[in-house]
Amino acid sequence: MKYFRLIWKNAWRKKIRTSLTILSVFVAFLLFALLSAIGYAFRGGVDVADAQRLIVIHKVSLINPLPMSYLNRIASVEGVQSVTYASWFGGFYQEPRNQFGQFPVDPQAYVDMYPEFNIPDEQLEAFKRNRTGAIVGQELATTYGWQVGDRIPIQATIWTKADGGRTWEFDLEGIFSSDDPRGSTALLLFQHDYFEETRAFAKGTVGWYILRVASGADPIQVANAIDLQFANSPNETKTSTEAAFAQSFMKQYGNIALIVTMILGAVFFTLLLVSGNTMSQSVRERISELAVLKTLGFSDLSVLGIVLSESILIMLMGGLLGLGLGWVLIQGIAQQMAAFLPGVFLSTTAIAGAVAMMLAAGVLAGIFPALKAMRLSIIDALARA
Amino acid sequence: MRGLNQILAVTWLNLRNLPQRVGSSIVAVIGVAAVVLVFAAVLSMAKGFERTMISAGSEDTAIIMRSGSTSELNSGLSNDQTLIIADAPGVLKDGDATVMSAELYVVVDVKKKSSNTDANVPFRGVQLGAFDVRKNVAVVEGRMFETGKNEIIVGRSAQQEFAGLDTGSKIRFGQSEWDVVGAFEAGGSVSESELWTDVRVLQGAYRRGNSFQSVRVKLQSKDSLDVLETALEEDPRISADVLTEKEYYSGQAEPLSEFIKLIGYPLTILMAIGAVFGALNSMYSSVSVRGKEIATLRALGFGPISILFSTMIESTILALVGGALGGAIAYLAFNGFQVSTLNGASFSQVVFDFAVTGDLLIDGLYAALIIGALGGLFPAIRAARLPVAQALREL
Repeated sequence: MKYFRLIWKNAWRKKIRTSLTILSVFVAFLLFALLSAIGYAFRGGVDVADAQRLIVIHKVSLINPLPMSYLNRIASVEGVQSVTYASWFGGFYQEPRNQFGQFPVDPQAYVDMYPEFNIPDEQLEAFKRNRTGAIVGQELATTYGWQVGDRIPIQATIWTKADGGRTWEFDLEGIFSSDDPRGSTALLLFQHDYFEETRAFAKGTVGWYILRVASGADPIQVANAIDLQFANSPNETKTSTEAAFAQSFMKQYGNIALIVTMILGAVFFTLLLVSGNTMSQSVRERISELAVLKTLGFSDLSVLGIVLSESILIMLMGGLLGLGLGWVLIQGIAQQMAAFLPGVFLSTTAIAGAVAMMLAAGVLAGIFPALKAMRLSIIDALARA
Repeated sequence: MRGLNQILAVTWLNLRNLPQRVGSSIVAVIGVAAVVLVFAAVLSMAKGFERTMISAGSEDTAIIMRSGSTSELNSGLSNDQTLIIADAPGVLKDGDATVMSAELYVVVDVKKKSSNTDANVPFRGVQLGAFDVRKNVAVVEGRMFETGKNEIIVGRSAQQEFAGLDTGSKIRFGQSEWDVVGAFEAGGSVSESELWTDVRVLQGAYRRGNSFQSVRVKLQSKDSLDVLETALEEDPRISADVLTEKEYYSGQAEPLSEFIKLIGYPLTILMAIGAVFGALNSMYSSVSVRGKEIATLRALGFGPISILFSTMIESTILALVGGALGGAIAYLAFNGFQVSTLNGASFSQVVFDFAVTGDLLIDGLYAALIIGALGGLFPAIRAARLPVAQALREL
């Protein structure tokens, strides 16, 4: 640390060059932050999933509904603590591009199933009392500027009303937030009873069931017991943990993770070349200076340390700035993209990974020039100059 | 003329001693190559997807769905309504029969070969008219399904992408078992991602009674769309949206390809900025390494303009080499690379190939050109303004 001033001065020996290197490192880590946040969304909030929650869907496909009568049969399976249901409404607000999740649910049971959702008690009570009431997540309320008391018209794409209408109107009774900043709240919940009596067809069905496994019970065994219960019926089920369900759904998007990794690889490789080249250039130019340092009594190891620290310092300056700006941008983007791609989030793992990469890149870029500087023979170097 | 000769002479000199500065030049080249590679790779995904979706749509085929539906999956039409459409004006007839296909569109879970996880594969029930309302659809392996039987034919892309769809195999969806009796091609369009069967059989298997989800009809001419639309609008027995198939598929393609572009363009711009820094760095060092040489040239009588241009040209050539390299790698690595993804608009899988098109490569080269010019400009100005006497004295 005592050499910090020396390292700092050395780093800024050529201002333009150092600034340019820092800027390219900055851009690289800005990209890294953005891509890993998007990559995180594509992993489907697996970290957020509750291991004790299972999802039951129709075996043929998620789009096939399940009979309402399954509710009690699932509840009676051993190891099931509680069970509720939801359906896919698939409407939009004002314009088709404004799509987000809208689920008709049993208000109390659904909120109980997802304890990470927080809603003031009086708002939940109001929602339960109002047949055409709805609650929305904080993300949605912010995006569309909704407030409690607003009347929200949703255009149905699937569920025509029994009277032939396609506009479903809901009274906004409450706004919920999530304990977990990684979980998306781009969701509108309304009463299943209203849905059931108003829709024109498919009465007596729901989209999927969600259940909580009693503590001590094995989720996999419970899942198998449920699927066995409905085997060979007209509506066979497929039960999986919430994490597995989210993951398999996101896997449908294909090799997004691979593509992101490839882009990161290309960026990183370029970055390393640029900075490695700069470092070796600046060492080459400074050979006589380094020889003077050694003449003054700096040990081989100190010289190695000084050159290496300079490289790491440049990486950290650019990298941390890029990561910082990335973090700020992601706060904004996450809100914008919540409806289309929920769960854009810069995880701690990604941040730690980025810092580790800065250090690694600093060492890799600096090590060869540094070794060269360490092995420098004073006489040769001074003679060359 | 003399100026031009000077520029050429100095540029030629620069290029010939490039090998002496190979380290920093390669860095600039690779920096630009990485930008063009990422640009071409990401946008080839959008291109390939659009091509697959849009090549499916023809302008003289109309698709009719329940009004307000955003895709076939959430539409619904009764048998009576399909008959009204069959009798409507503007639709093409072959003798007495309307050229049409009333269809059912559902989704089934089939495992993806690449990841062995379930994917929403579109399963379409068609009438025999399906082959007349679509262009280029032909059974290329095995045979056509027989009506009334649990037999399916599978699109070529679906067959390659999803497990258990080889001709001759049996596949089970819930309670029903199906024989795969053949495979069809459809000019690389989205139809090739689908499984097809007789619509009557599918209605039974899915307990859809006598209902359908969409009707495709061949139009008498492109202008007949309006005629058909007006007729259906005025008919109180039906409330439907009429689109050309082309409009429909463009709409289905839009959200995903917009999304890819939304990510792809900013990504490329950011990377390009990074590459400009890289190019600037290597050109500055090229100028500083050649300080003495440049001063000598100036002393010999070469003008500052020729020095300026030669430096810019060097930078641009390096960038173009990088651009060509990146484009070539993108083409070799990605062109024709088959993937499938979930198209949110139809909630089902679309299989498509990455398409590294000529347009994309040219755009990539333009980007390289801009990076090269920007990266060369400031170093070139510095080179041109180098004070001769001082530079000669250095070292």
